[in-house]
Amino acid sequence: MSITQERETTVIGQRLLRREDPALLTGEAKYTNDLVIPGALHLAVLRSPYAHARIKSIDVSDAASMPGVVAVYTGRDLHPVWAAPMPCAWPVTTDMKNPAHFPLAIDKACYVGDGVAAVLATSESASRDALDAIDVVYEPLRAVIDLEDALSDKTIIHESLGTNKSYTWPLKVEAKEGAIDEAFKNAAFTVSERYVQQRLLPMAMEPRAVAAVPQPFGGDITLYSATQVPHILKVMTAITLGIPEHQVRVVAPAVGGGFGSKLNVYAEELLCVALARKHGAPVRWVEERTENTQATIHGRGQIQHIELAADANGKLTAIRVRLIGDMGAYLQLVTPGVPILGAFLYAGVYDLPQAYDFACTSVFTNMTPTDAYRGAGRPEATYAIEVAMDALARKMKIDPFELRKRNYIKKEQFFDANGVQVGYTAFHGLNYDSGDHLTAAQKAAKIADYDGVRKQQAKQNVAGATKRIGIGMTSYFEMCGLAPSRVLASLNYGAGGWESATVRVLPTSKVQVVTGTSPHGQGHETSWAMIAAEKLGVAPEDVDVLHSDTAVAPLGLDTYGSRSLAVGGVAIAGACDKVIDKARSIAAHQLECAAEDLEFTKGVFSVKGSPDKAVPLAAIAFAAFTAHNLPDGVEPNLEAQYTHDPKNFSWPFGTHMCVVEVDTETGKVDVLKYVAVDDCGNQINPLIVEGQVHGGVVQGLAQALYEEAVYDSDGNLKTSNLAEYLVPAACDVPPITTDFTVTPSTTNQLGVKGIGEAGTIGAAPTVMNAVIDALSGLGITQLDMPASPNNVWNAINKARGGKQ
Amino acid sequence: MIPAPFEYKRAGSAEEAISLIGQHGDDAKFLAGGHSLIPLMKLRLAQPTVLVDIGRVKDLSYVKDAGDHVAIGALTRHMDVEKSSVLKQHVPLLAHAASHVGDSQVRHRGTIGGSIAHADPASDLPATTLALGATYVVQGPKGKREIAAKDFFKGFLESALAADEMLVEIKVPKMKGGWSFQKFNRRAQDWAIVGVAAWRNNGTSGVALVNMGSTPVLASSVSKALSSGASIADAAALAAEEAEPQSDLNASAEYRQHLARVLVRRALEEASK
Repeated sequence: MSITQERETTVIGQRLLRREDPALLTGEAKYTNDLVIPGALHLAVLRSPYAHARIKSIDVSDAASMPGVVAVYTGRDLHPVWAAPMPCAWPVTTDMKNPAHFPLAIDKACYVGDGVAAVLATSESASRDALDAIDVVYEPLRAVIDLEDALSDKTIIHESLGTNKSYTWPLKVEAKEGAIDEAFKNAAFTVSERYVQQRLLPMAMEPRAVAAVPQPFGGDITLYSATQVPHILKVMTAITLGIPEHQVRVVAPAVGGGFGSKLNVYAEELLCVALARKHGAPVRWVEERTENTQATIHGRGQIQHIELAADANGKLTAIRVRLIGDMGAYLQLVTPGVPILGAFLYAGVYDLPQAYDFACTSVFTNMTPTDAYRGAGRPEATYAIEVAMDALARKMKIDPFELRKRNYIKKEQFFDANGVQVGYTAFHGLNYDSGDHLTAAQKAAKIADYDGVRKQQAKQNVAGATKRIGIGMTSYFEMCGLAPSRVLASLNYGAGGWESATVRVLPTSKVQVVTGTSPHGQGHETSWAMIAAEKLGVAPEDVDVLHSDTAVAPLGLDTYGSRSLAVGGVAIAGACDKVIDKARSIAAHQLECAAEDLEFTKGVFSVKGSPDKAVPLAAIAFAAFTAHNLPDGVEPNLEAQYTHDPKNFSWPFGTHMCVVEVDTETGKVDVLKYVAVDDCGNQINPLIVEGQVHGGVVQGLAQALYEEAVYDSDGNLKTSNLAEYLVPAACDVPPITTDFTVTPSTTNQLGVKGIGEAGTIGAAPTVMNAVIDALSGLGITQLDMPASPNNVWNAINKARGGKQ
Repeated sequence: MIPAPFEYKRAGSAEEAISLIGQHGDDAKFLAGGHSLIPLMKLRLAQPTVLVDIGRVKDLSYVKDAGDHVAIGALTRHMDVEKSSVLKQHVPLLAHAASHVGDSQVRHRGTIGGSIAHADPASDLPATTLALGATYVVQGPKGKREIAAKDFFKGFLESALAADEMLVEIKVPKMKGGWSFQKFNRRAQDWAIVGVAAWRNNGTSGVALVNMGSTPVLASSVSKALSSGASIADAAALAAEEAEPQSDLNASAEYRQHLARVLVRRALEEASK
């Protein structure tokens, strides 16, 4: 087809207000801890105050005799309950080391916050008071906090493994053997950089909460949990507790944010189910904020070494990356896979030849387990390449934007010689379906007034200036829409990456969409209704979206990895197509014509060329319900289920820019302007897209300037509350300008790509490049995150030859 | 986030509050706005066995023009200090500093007396009233006595208040001349990493520092230097002379000393405009 078809839409693309918001804003939404459950017992978990300690003895007798206490359990007491250890679904290599991990520790506590005993009581306060009466004798051991120390195996955390190393995962691509070494040898310019991705606390506004309710008949159990992944949790609960899967129902009520931290199977979920079954009573638990900082997964935690080789023009000729990944004390659901998700992105948006050498070695430490956190591996990768590109530009003494222009994959490279868009197959074999980096970057540069800022900078950043300005940029490619099941198989992931949808037109022509995605702030109810409304020609308010309950939506793989729209939304479109096909056969029967002669526009089937011969979908729905007059072989009712397994990842891209002013007297960084130009293909609801970009940018900027999980050398988390762990608040957020280019995806029928993680991916390197740019005149070329005032002042002081 | 068990008593008057606290001894605590004490109790860092709630003692919430000074009832909320027209006219530095305490919710609950009695060196109002040369009126079983702000702060969260005494009024001299309040933090609504409250009038001045030691710190060397004719830059260089700051996650002690010098200089420049 050489003719470009203009997209005609009526609902998709509108800025509809989120239908979720009235309940959320007025407090009507019911979170897990809001559920009223008569007769529920309250669980409290005693947590190790030591990062690494042998448990010598636990005396629960005082606690057990306290008023309101029903039972107290140790890890040893409950060991027989578990049919399997807690799950890690991603054994990235066949020889990966994975210690058995149970909901309560048995012989050894391996991080501060590791559960060692559990109290069940008739009230929350009684359960909490009883914790103080449990007497645990610990033998403290040396804590392993530093990644390089962990690698040395001086102290081994899990003795049975014989090492702290979990795995080494390589990805080496070279045209011929020795090509990479050759490229570095012949390079006109090289840079070798070391970056630390500090640990971050995901800090969802709603902490985790669980309620396990045994049903009165049949041995079934309903597990309510503040989770992103009710479907995965259902399977894993069945496996870990040895319960037949059909007897487990998981419901995620209103969920207040996750950012990946609720993409997991947690000890407390399993404890609640196990104890509810044991006691024949509902058991509930809600996390305290300090527990949330210790017992909910952390994000990031990597040391990155990246080397770039470039020719005399700055064209990249080879990239070498060595990572050390901090797994924390145990492997949670996808812990080992997080650094691997980034492995494909250390060349970013650049046209790299087959000369790429990546290896990640991951180690256990005596800290909270890490796992997926907004972006999961991809922000880290983007940070490394984008900050290293600035370092290369400084070395070459050319403008960093100019260096990027020389390296971008060009728009033409996504097309074949005949002008067919076939995508760009990168050195690692994955195909980037679409991209136009230069256009997005130029748009960002125009909005940020890149040239103007450079001129102002030349004027302002003179010797002795106390307010220096800098501009930074990042061009990114994001690999999301997780994920094609066959690619996941090649990465040894334990499940597929499809998503399911059911679309049902009710007798009165109202529509139900059942989705396997599990929203926790993303606005799926609004967006999914828009997709179905567009496809079926009904009003969005006539579409209801059902989700997050495995009894209502039995098939699904949940929400993470910017997958919900690009996989789940596309599944809804596919299910609508099946509904329309079925309706078409009924319409043809009624209109006495061939199905092929019917066209379907705005909710009405009409005979091509005879528009007066028509029947609306609403009438077909009712006819399908009464079943009085259906064609032979057609089942009653208008409903279809469709499972979408994506052919490819979705590849959003864009360029972010930011202008900062650094007060060289105090070290304080002010973000004066932030510009995000993103391309997520077609947008279902631009209002929601912009909201996602805003939130993501703030989260990435927070890594650059504010947030860091700080441990002392004994393994105590020093940032275990919201006064110490600095999540920026609304008044700390700088002005953000969002804009877009639209390059539709060619691998799904909606032309959509993910947008949930893009802001986070772009923001941290953009801000850090701007800060370093502001200070490079003082001789500062590297700065660790977060660029806190004290850290910046230290760097300035050091550059001036003062002591740090 | 669940405090250890405690008994709750509500006092109807200052006298009743003092009598209740006297009955229960050292393990009892006054509860005013609750914005310092309750978080400590939820973390079980403070475990008083009795709380005497003085939040409804009505006659302790006022701002009055008392001639040469302004009298502020101890239970006056930060928001009322911030909005007071008497203070805006006669002690604008204090009204302004109150607008920097926490966030709007905190300012509607927290009280000036609670903040001063808690004696947190990181709080804004203890240092501000110290810079202004305030006097605190405290009441015990035997009646009232006055303590100068400079004699009130004894150590980290420790004051000259006896266990059975209650802060009832803050007397702040009316001020003239220029002033400045500098609050340096990473997030807008945090405690200051370093804060400076300063005023200047002809040859006299007052400069106090927030979060520069175990107590609010009066930077007397700065005022002394200014009164003997030193330049602002030279006087500000002495800003950390009286301070013994701690290192914490946000700032090393050395960085705090540096910040104090920079911020005092900026404060004096602003106060001299």
